[in-house]
Amino acid sequence: MSEQRYAMFLGCLIPYREVGYEVSARRVAKELGIKLEEMLDANCCGVPFDDVNHEMMLALAARDLCIAEDMGLNIVTLCSGCSGVLTKVNKKLKQDRALRERVNGYLKEIGMEFKGKIEVKHFVRVLIEDVGYEKLEGFIKKLFRDLKVAEHYGCHILRPQKYLELEDPENPTFLRRLIEITGAKTVDYLDKKQCCGLPVVGIDERMSLQLAKNKLEHIKEVGADAIVTICPFCHVAYDANQLRIEKVFSESYGIPVLHYPQLLGLAMGINPNELALDKLRVKSDNIIRNLEIS
Amino acid sequence: MANNPSKENAKEETNRPWKVDPSFKYEVLKMPGGETLKACFQCGTCTSGCPIARITDSYRPNQIIRMVQLGMRERMLPSKTLWLCTACFTCVDRCPQEVEMESVLRVLKNLAVKEGYIPNVFKELGSNILETGSAYKISEFRIKEREGLELPVLPKTNLDDIKRLAEITGFDSLIKGERKDE
Repeated sequence: MSEQRYAMFLGCLIPYREVGYEVSARRVAKELGIKLEEMLDANCCGVPFDDVNHEMMLALAARDLCIAEDMGLNIVTLCSGCSGVLTKVNKKLKQDRALRERVNGYLKEIGMEFKGKIEVKHFVRVLIEDVGYEKLEGFIKKLFRDLKVAEHYGCHILRPQKYLELEDPENPTFLRRLIEITGAKTVDYLDKKQCCGLPVVGIDERMSLQLAKNKLEHIKEVGADAIVTICPFCHVAYDANQLRIEKVFSESYGIPVLHYPQLLGLAMGINPNELALDKLRVKSDNIIRNLEIS
Repeated sequence: MANNPSKENAKEETNRPWKVDPSFKYEVLKMPGGETLKACFQCGTCTSGCPIARITDSYRPNQIIRMVQLGMRERMLPSKTLWLCTACFTCVDRCPQEVEMESVLRVLKNLAVKEGYIPNVFKELGSNILETGSAYKISEFRIKEREGLELPVLPKTNLDDIKRLAEITGFDSLIKGERKDE
């Protein structure tokens, strides 16, 4: 396999409050021989602004795509929101000439042009498609003996299906497979594919917490030891907001929420200190103790 | 319907008949993303799979479509209900008529913003991006923390580019929440 290089699109939420995701993903990427080049002039992917002004969203996303085109690299993102919108805009601009001309009209003002030369991938998609399950298994050094994990897919890695084209969004399996590579067992639970609710937190906090609470409830019912997410927004909904949910609804969960690269990294034998587990709000000691000593 | 997100003294709901604007649907249809409005045949698939509709009675995607088709512009645009979509795209993937529900809602929100109805959270995010290139302001603490964790320096966006794009798309005046056409 030739060296894998990508333009790393970090987005806004990860540096703002989910640095553990970045630390663990970079560490795992290093171990797997994936090289991440920084996008030094990148801006927000645009997704938060679609509701305000669609044209600005398109311009922002297209500007990021142009930066990666100049680098001659495909984009990798850790955030499902960023990868969703960049994938969608990239495909739309490639397919729709009138749209491309309109957006290039904006970009011309800042000396850029969308040419349609690159692809966008979520980090997890790189693991599945560019590394592959089998090769990934070769990196596993320790297995979890008895760990029950509830996987949370989130929305934007799968939907809208006509742009994301990863798997059937009604019945996804990739995260289950990725988790089971580490020896952990996955558990079925009610409404597994349901949205985390975080996008409406700024409009109606209670509603947002309610959606996350419903899922925590279902996950608790099946006795999962941990939740695994692949998006910083979903992670905030279940980890950072878990204490608040417990308080608002007078409940108690105490379920640790790991970013997938943290789970994978542990099974790859990477020192837990290098995977930023200490940045999780809900303590995850039970997970490390579950690792088989090799 | 919930109250409007930003304007005080909004018109209260009364028993009088709602004014309808027959041209409203054409306004939505001609905007990018609004094209599929007419295809809805009210089967309710969107609402049955909607995570928000499950936890509140005030949000019914198929009802929003019908109200737009009927021309209920003045009831629709000031409503907080428009902003409750989580953009999970379940309705879009399931719609038998290929109605781009999320895009239609986005068109309605874009129209609402043009009229000055913009939730405060977007004003804040909007000023952040113009000042930093990011939707969130990253604190000094986080930047120091990154150094300690030996993470790469964060991108430094050319803000002139962002300001220019905001000017030509009209974004810069929209996030101030001022009425544009009056």
